[in-house]
Amino acid sequence: MSAAATDYYDRKGLFATLGRDGMLQIILIANTVLMLAPIIIMVFSAFKTTPEIFKSPFGIPDFTQVANFVKIWSETNFLRYLLNSFVVTGASMVLILTLGTMAAYALGRYAFTGSSFILMFFLAGLTLPLKLAIIPLFMLMRDLSILNNQLSLIFVYTAMGLPTTVFIMTGFIRSLPNELEDAARMDGASEARIMWAIMLPLVRPAMVIAGIQNVVPIWNDFFFPLVFIQNDSLKTLPQGLTTFMGEYTTDWGVLFSGLTLSAAPIILIYIVLSKQFIAGMTSGAVK
Amino acid sequence: MPQLRMTGRGLWITALIVPPLAFVALFIVYPIVSAFAYAFFDWQGLKRLDFVGLENFHTVLFVEPYRSWTINAFKNNVIVFFALMVLQNGLGFILAYALWRELPGARFHRIAVFLPVVLSTIIVAYLFKLFYHPLFGVVNITLKGIGLGWLAQPWLGQSGTALGSIIVAQAWHMVGFPTLVFLAGMQRIPSEILDAVRMETESEWVKITKIVWPLVAPSATIVFTLLFVGAFNWFELPYIMGGLDGSPFGSTDVLGLYFYRTAFGNVSAGQQDFGLGSALAVIIFIFIAIVAGVITTRLRAREIQL
Repeated sequence: MSAAATDYYDRKGLFATLGRDGMLQIILIANTVLMLAPIIIMVFSAFKTTPEIFKSPFGIPDFTQVANFVKIWSETNFLRYLLNSFVVTGASMVLILTLGTMAAYALGRYAFTGSSFILMFFLAGLTLPLKLAIIPLFMLMRDLSILNNQLSLIFVYTAMGLPTTVFIMTGFIRSLPNELEDAARMDGASEARIMWAIMLPLVRPAMVIAGIQNVVPIWNDFFFPLVFIQNDSLKTLPQGLTTFMGEYTTDWGVLFSGLTLSAAPIILIYIVLSKQFIAGMTSGAVK
Repeated sequence: MPQLRMTGRGLWITALIVPPLAFVALFIVYPIVSAFAYAFFDWQGLKRLDFVGLENFHTVLFVEPYRSWTINAFKNNVIVFFALMVLQNGLGFILAYALWRELPGARFHRIAVFLPVVLSTIIVAYLFKLFYHPLFGVVNITLKGIGLGWLAQPWLGQSGTALGSIIVAQAWHMVGFPTLVFLAGMQRIPSEILDAVRMETESEWVKITKIVWPLVAPSATIVFTLLFVGAFNWFELPYIMGGLDGSPFGSTDVLGLYFYRTAFGNVSAGQQDFGLGSALAVIIFIFIAIVAGVITTRLRAREIQL
């Protein structure tokens, strides 16, 4: 840098020195540090003993020290909760994508009386906060005798996931060309066969978007298990976490490793599929 | 699109549409309609007793102690909404603007800002609860470390700071959402418009207020409405960080907690009242529907069609 330039920069304020892009870059870096620091502290603390956390909360731990994780593995129901979350989320996703595709296919591919009314009916479900209907839902689950049974969760999640799925997939299915379908129909293929063999392979991209949009809130949900599930062996991960955090209140090493273990599956998948996650989770809000 | 010609096809469509429709009807529409009906009855535990008209509504709105509880929780929801409007949506807009420049590392920053959004609210709640711990939490340790020890305090333990501390945790959790919605809005602004503006003015401020902000109006409509609905449904974070009673002294009580407590009872009161709970649910529901409707139509009106 020449003397003149140095002189120039000395006279101007911070904004002029860094320029607009410099300021924006600083904002972004500061924000990223703020976003990542809590997660890094959580992961680091998971490998520390409680006294170590109290003494040096920001220090880099010895990553070979996994006593906290062993404790969780051997002393708690953690794996049970994890497994339950997989079962509930998996079953809900299968139902959402199957039923959602069926409805979207009917609405997107065929013209029939009442189809726009049915689409409206599905879309109404988009905006209604179902939490506020928890009392009748509780009574309904009781009448179906599936309180304290994971079916109650699976059914509610399926119903909650259908509006967005039908919305996303109907639009997509409607935009598919007719030629393949018409040719198959000429050849005498049945409607079911046309849907299964010809159209379904084409809708996979929309299924991924709809799937991601639903899988994250279902995996993370806490409210419905709180009301429907009492039995500890049936609890899902977020709900089990509350039991677990209550039992180990003073053992911070174990608390942080429990949080780390709960966060790990979704963080790892997110890092690999961040593009799809961002597209999926904002798809309702970005047209 | 092929028309319906034979009954076989009609049956096929029925078979496709009825099962999904049944799920939505049984587990969404029916419970919401019932919630309105429940509010007009007296309840004893899980048993429905007499029709009481508007009495439950009258009780939660005008009879003490429910009246003060309702007002306090509502007031806190309003605070939460406006605070998050600044911390979450305001910051989100600034971050989106910074990301939009596509500076070096933008991809990484974009992934980082959205990372907390995918975490379970329960994880975020417990993590921040540990961070806010008066003695061993990193917040106070950091303050002491940088010579601001006099600022260290029991963040969640006193009425003055508890709600604000939970709001900060919420903003950390969700700021990535409005950021990326705004970013998507900005990326849709045609480059010809931006080039034309660049010729007209040097001022960044003019560019943001006169061009970018009006053109991302559709994104603003959506994030404002979603924030409003979310703020008045707020439950998980205050439930874990402040407790079901909105401790300390109701300073973190919000309508979601209050409704849940009234409907299902809590450890201290133990009483559950489905009638009063349903009345609260209906009031919250109608309030959200009306205000969200007004926000949406008002904001839609200022959107510009490109």
